Amino acid sequence: MPSDYAYVGLFLIFGVAFVLITFFFARLLRPSRPNPIKNRSYECGETAVGSAWVQYNVSYYIYALIFVIFDVELVFLFPWAAAYRSLGLFAFVEMFIFIMILVFGLAYAWRKGALKWV
Amino acid sequence: MFELEGIFSAVGDFLASFLGAPLLQIVSIIAVAGVVIGFLMVLALFLVWWERKLSADFQVRIGPMRTGPHGVLQTIADALKLLQKEDIVPLTADKKVFFWAPVICFVTCFLAYICMPFGKGLIVRDLNIGILYIVAITTFTVISLLMAGWASNNKYSLLGGMRSAAQIISYEVPLSLSLLGAVMLAQSLSMVTIVQGQGGSFLHWYIWRQPLGFLLYVTAATAEVNRTPFDIPEAEQELVAGYNIEYSGMKFAMFFLAEFINMFTVCAIAATLFLGGWNPPFEFLSFIPSWVWFLGKSLFLVFILMWFRWTYPRLRVDQLMAFAWKFLLPLAFLNIIVTGFLIYLFE
Repeated sequence: MPSDYAYVGLFLIFGVAFVLITFFFARLLRPSRPNPIKNRSYECGETAVGSAWVQYNVSYYIYALIFVIFDVELVFLFPWAAAYRSLGLFAFVEMFIFIMILVFGLAYAWRKGALKWV
Repeated sequence: MFELEGIFSAVGDFLASFLGAPLLQIVSIIAVAGVVIGFLMVLALFLVWWERKLSADFQVRIGPMRTGPHGVLQTIADALKLLQKEDIVPLTADKKVFFWAPVICFVTCFLAYICMPFGKGLIVRDLNIGILYIVAITTFTVISLLMAGWASNNKYSLLGGMRSAAQIISYEVPLSLSLLGAVMLAQSLSMVTIVQGQGGSFLHWYIWRQPLGFLLYVTAATAEVNRTPFDIPEAEQELVAGYNIEYSGMKFAMFFLAEFINMFTVCAIAATLFLGGWNPPFEFLSFIPSWVWFLGKSLFLVFILMWFRWTYPRLRVDQLMAFAWKFLLPLAFLNIIVTGFLIYLFE
């Protein structure tokens, strides 16, 4: 039998091929008449002012940082949850402490104003 | 009699009669992938039509009526139209990133269906990390949305892309935490084991033991697929269309299809983890094929998401982020601790 991830790999190849073939057929069917005015980036019918690649609101990066912390924690929680019943009281207490540390971290970030949208 | 499992094994035997073993495996995996993608296409076309009909009903209109009875062929006509549309790429865009964003968007939502238990024995491959795999692969969408938003070099699409990234990663945390309760009850990450753990009557469904988890999941999932009341990435009135504003033709169609397929994915996960998946609510109803139950439950949840969309107004971006981090996340932690405590207490 092929391994589980052979399925993932073949599905990946099939999916990409499907989209590319669809694009190819669309290319055969559709017109292509580019012109410099049509191909300008859209800004409500006006000529776009400057590029969109500019420095951006820092709030997004703070959320991204908090997200990384909690997402890594989730990776720890999944195996714990899957084996919970066979681990007994020890696992519950351990994970209770672990989650409490994270809740404390969340409370700290909250208090410091990291969760406030600016 | 109407279980699809028999049909698939018959086709497998037929292929085996003239193909060698290694070739047979590759051909059968590709055939299964083709069946899944065909199903998803039909499903997405149906969902688009259904959403238009439902929105019309909620607003006391009649919606599309002209193409086919009650407009059922409307989305097929739309798809044919999109196929013939010119593909416009902005001159200032990053061409390569612009091209690959819709491909990644569609492929990631397709990959989630590898371990989706459509029915008894009707699953492409029961990965032992099932639910973790689905959550991980569907979150890849955020990369394609960011790519689309950034590569277009358009201010609206950049705003839309950044907003959807912030929103999806924020709701990702309570979403995954709310699934943990069901995993703790089933003692497995495999989708099939989780469904089997809920067999018998509807009283064994995890929704009764995880009511808070279910509500948290549905709320977070609504945000995860960018639907109203959490649809600020596409807020038409401010951002025109969000991350896909510069896309046209088939590239736009890929984003559109992926959006509807993703909506079905999150509902199918909810149906599997909390509503018993393909299990019938009563034993005596098991003569109805299992995939009918799975589809019925999933489509019921899709209906609820559509109902949300045409009922609630949109949240503001700061309210949206505060709701995820200050309300859903503490509740999700509480849910895990209470679930862990109760499991320990009663078993």
